[in-house]
Amino acid sequence: MGVALTRSAQWTAAGRGTRNLETTPLNEAILKEIITFVESFLYKHPQEANYAFAEPLEWKTELEPAAFGSGYAVSETTVTSEEADKNGQPLLFLSVPQIKIRSFGQLSRLLFFAKNTKLKEAQACIEANRNPIAKILGLDYNIINEINEDSALLTILDKITRDNDPESETKVKIALLLKQLDLHLLNHSLKHISLEIRLNPGTVKNDIELLKRFSGKGEQTVLESIDYTSDYEFSNGCRAPPWRQIQGEICYVLVKPHDAEILCVTCSKEGVFLNGGKTDDEGEINYERKGEIYKDLVTLLKEKSAVFSENMSKQEVRFSEEQQKEKEQLNEVPKEEEAATLRKASDVSHRSMLEKNQINRGKNLMTKRLEPSLNWKTTVDAKVKHLLRDNLEEKHGGRLEKPRPSVLPGRPQLIRKSIEKAEEVISESSSESEEDEEPPDHRQEANADLPSEYWQIQKLVKYLKGGNQTATVIALCSMKDFNLAQETCQLAIRDVGGLEVLINLLETDDVKCKIGSLKILKEISHNPQIRRNIVDLGGLPIMVNILDSPHKSLKCLAAETIANVAKFRRARQAVRRHGGITKLVALLDCGQNSTEPAYSSLYETRDVEVARCGALALWSCSKSYANKEAIRKAGGIPLLARLLKTSHENMLIPVVGTLQECASEENYRAAIKAERIIEDLVKNLNSGNEQLQEHCAMAIYQCAEDEETRDLVRLHGGLQPLASLLNNTDNKERLAAVTGAIWKCSISKENVIKFREYKAIETLVGLLTDQPEEVLVNVVGALGECCQEHENRVVVRKCGGIQPLVNLLVGINQALLVNVTKAVGACAVEPESMMIIDRLDGVRLLWSLLKNPHPDVKASAAWALCPCIQNAKNNDKLRRHLAEAISRCCMWGRNRVAFGEYKAVAPLVRYLKSSDTNVHRATAQALYQLSENADNCITMHENGAVKLLLDMVGSPDEALQEAAAGCISNIRRLALATEKARYS
Amino acid sequence: NCIYLYFLFTVKKNEVECLIRIFHSLVERADVRLDNIGLDRNAFQVIPHRIFGMTDDVLMNRVFFAFDKDNDNLINVKEWVKGLSVFLRGTFEEKLKFCFEVYYLNGDSYISREKIFDMLKNSLHQQSPEEETDEGVTELVDITLKNMDYDNDGKLSFEDFEKAVKEDRLLLEVFGPCLPEAKVQHQQAKNPSPSSFNTIHYSVPS
Repeated sequence: MGVALTRSAQWTAAGRGTRNLETTPLNEAILKEIITFVESFLYKHPQEANYAFAEPLEWKTELEPAAFGSGYAVSETTVTSEEADKNGQPLLFLSVPQIKIRSFGQLSRLLFFAKNTKLKEAQACIEANRNPIAKILGLDYNIINEINEDSALLTILDKITRDNDPESETKVKIALLLKQLDLHLLNHSLKHISLEIRLNPGTVKNDIELLKRFSGKGEQTVLESIDYTSDYEFSNGCRAPPWRQIQGEICYVLVKPHDAEILCVTCSKEGVFLNGGKTDDEGEINYERKGEIYKDLVTLLKEKSAVFSENMSKQEVRFSEEQQKEKEQLNEVPKEEEAATLRKASDVSHRSMLEKNQINRGKNLMTKRLEPSLNWKTTVDAKVKHLLRDNLEEKHGGRLEKPRPSVLPGRPQLIRKSIEKAEEVISESSSESEEDEEPPDHRQEANADLPSEYWQIQKLVKYLKGGNQTATVIALCSMKDFNLAQETCQLAIRDVGGLEVLINLLETDDVKCKIGSLKILKEISHNPQIRRNIVDLGGLPIMVNILDSPHKSLKCLAAETIANVAKFRRARQAVRRHGGITKLVALLDCGQNSTEPAYSSLYETRDVEVARCGALALWSCSKSYANKEAIRKAGGIPLLARLLKTSHENMLIPVVGTLQECASEENYRAAIKAERIIEDLVKNLNSGNEQLQEHCAMAIYQCAEDEETRDLVRLHGGLQPLASLLNNTDNKERLAAVTGAIWKCSISKENVIKFREYKAIETLVGLLTDQPEEVLVNVVGALGECCQEHENRVVVRKCGGIQPLVNLLVGINQALLVNVTKAVGACAVEPESMMIIDRLDGVRLLWSLLKNPHPDVKASAAWALCPCIQNAKNNDKLRRHLAEAISRCCMWGRNRVAFGEYKAVAPLVRYLKSSDTNVHRATAQALYQLSENADNCITMHENGAVKLLLDMVGSPDEALQEAAAGCISNIRRLALATEKARYS
Repeated sequence: NCIYLYFLFTVKKNEVECLIRIFHSLVERADVRLDNIGLDRNAFQVIPHRIFGMTDDVLMNRVFFAFDKDNDNLINVKEWVKGLSVFLRGTFEEKLKFCFEVYYLNGDSYISREKIFDMLKNSLHQQSPEEETDEGVTELVDITLKNMDYDNDGKLSFEDFEKAVKEDRLLLEVFGPCLPEAKVQHQQAKNPSPSSFNTIHYSVPS
């Protein structure tokens, strides 16, 4: 009993003197076991039940004397048992409320009288008698438990038997019984402990994240919402304030179930329970436990919300699988567990793992039946594919193309348009996931009604297989006359085994057969499925070899086909692995130095065409990071630069296309600057070809992150064509590229001046409505840059730009929100604009964005609030919200410092002069948060904050008092530290 | 004489001299008057075979007749130089005309269905029953006619042929190889000389 009580039972940490047992499931279980033991003692061991304890067990009882029956002398305030020890002392003596009991028999009877309050009595007894064994058996026997070793027990046994005392014998028997109980309790509690999953910040976080994923509006979700009460996460993963972390508390969450009020839940290491909820002061929680402890959030919520329980059971499989997966990753082991518990627990967890696997297998079968839910199916598919890809990546190890880091935080990539269908995400470097979307291989079904082309193509393939060179060429030419752009024909060629033959023909010696075959492959490789089939059949290495052929037409055709095939990562990788990049770069060099031959051979073509085809293939390949590198290393950049000097649009499009694709890399951007490519890009902005204009603008967009490049664009006269291209809004891809280029160029003030001259700002404001998001991101980004200047802010306001900007604050596109908040923030610097923003409820919208999950949005919203703070004059409601927003933001990242840098502190101090207590409270809280930073303290001090705060300390509003005092204390501490530093 | 030839044909002067020298060495009758001597069919057939690796005897027969403009069953030096100039340096149009001549052979300036069948009858790998092969060849003939017979008269005129080949150059030698295949060797771009152009080498089987 002793060991179990001292080690397993959970004592409250609060009290120092008499400690209490917490009402945890474990403690309850232990108490119940003890009660059963004591209750049955009287019948099981009647002799030992009469044994008088060395000392009485003594506690405060709630039992009334009236509860005692026969065998007791009952008065109004006392009860004396008739049973007495050999010295005549009663074995039970109650003098309300103190009770003293000296035998198991009496304990047994007491529990009988206690009826419903058994548990309470047992608890009170245990709490008051922290070492019951010593009291029962005398101090000698305590060592049994202290040492807990059989040898010690034996010594005592020896001693007792030698004494040959009947009382000693009873004592030993009781000692052994107690020892048994102790062991039993320990085992029992272990069972409990292992059942109970000890929580740690990692597991809790995962649970919450997972639940978040399944929460939201709609009927299928498990919860309406689930949110932390605090955004600040300590380095140990806890969000509870440090003084609560000591109690093992990890974090607090606000859960809104579909069918219940908001629950405020404490997640602690011991489990999860409802707390006292939010107090009236903002952000404070009544930490006290208001309910049972559950082993985890899911269990608690199941108990509290029927809808959760129901929807959860639908999602359960998915949830538990993900939970399991993440748990495995976490490999969490609670540190503070006892070694014994650990051993046991690991055994148990091992066993439960096995069980879980079995359960999972069962669940997997179940999921098959659950399949109709499309939503579910896709997630599983995605997951499986994710795993597959992970495996793939593992296999390829470090050689895998690494995803490109995003250009700059808060400067999201322009969403690029794809040249082909949506299936081919062109910018692979920014998303490597396209491989996931291998299109399903739908072959024609045997008895489906096949189009006539199918049979004709089948016949031609027969000639390809069974004919000599002449018959083959005839068949190839005839096949080429089919409409190869049509999917029926493309798939027919494949389905009758034509692809294999065509690829085989590429390895023959006959030029005409190779040309004929490539002409067909070039056409049908526009089909994404065919591309993959060509790669699977090993077509790429053969085509890469043909790039070495002396026949220029063959080179061209091979390069063009590669350009079509290399639209997905695996293909691009294959081109590189077989040395294709170097060969393609060599094609760019064609016809540069040598003159055109006087006599061109029969099937020949011009050198320029070879270079064009090379550029076309490189364009496709350049969507992989590793290929960009390979192109650069093969000396591609100067060759591309040279080809840019031509005036053929056919050549310029792939060349500029390749360059803008590669401009995602820093070393390319540097090279583009060094090779004087900007000038040519600017020149081609004036071309009549929309696609070429688009790529040039795109390349400028990528490169203009660099200041010198921005200047070059201006010096070469690139700003005017950009500004005038804004007027044509039909081609959205081009508009996105152009606005992107303008955005980046407007980072330089000189450029902004030019843009204002060209009336670009007015045009940009006009583009704030009815445009796709990829355009809006750039337009708003550009306006954000322009509005750094006073004059432009006025222009934006006068053109009615504020309203559409504020309207955009409610969007969900993160890239857009980052730019919009920045632009609104820039406008807010001007008091007149600020008034409009305020009138349009823009500050509240900004404030609400502080809750946005995306950190860049949060940060940007916080910056935007800074000018609002300075300009929020005489509007107490606004001031209050702003101050609240700041104190909220301060919990996060290095915002404390940043607010100081953005000069938010001084105006905030002036808020204290308001007459509204609400403003005072919010401001004092914000200042308290800000005062954690030394520089802010100095600013506050300089702005006379201390005096104002001192007045607030006397306020009847407790929260205000506390915040003001905290702030002053921080300022004071800094002052002391400074002085100490000065004099020591 | 040589200068006259130079203007007449597109081969260069020294190349013409070369061709004439080869012709003489071939006829091994250097001292006889040029006008009346020449290569007969047997003597000629060896040449495309040996020099250009063109092995199809039936087609080479037709090539001989295409060379032999005056139909005297002998190829004189003029016919030799003219024919070889098409072989080696012929423009697209010259080659187009030459191939058509080879395929229609003689007669009415049309390539008839029968002539096509004749030229294609060996183009399919022998299948076990002969009728099946014949059937296959007939189908192949239909395919070519469908592709090339623009005026739908069941035979190919020069206009049909020209149009089809201009559409797809691969059809130039549609009924069998009758032009030497060039093995182009690229001059290295590193050492360009002003007069250099892609030289054409013909592999000569020993």
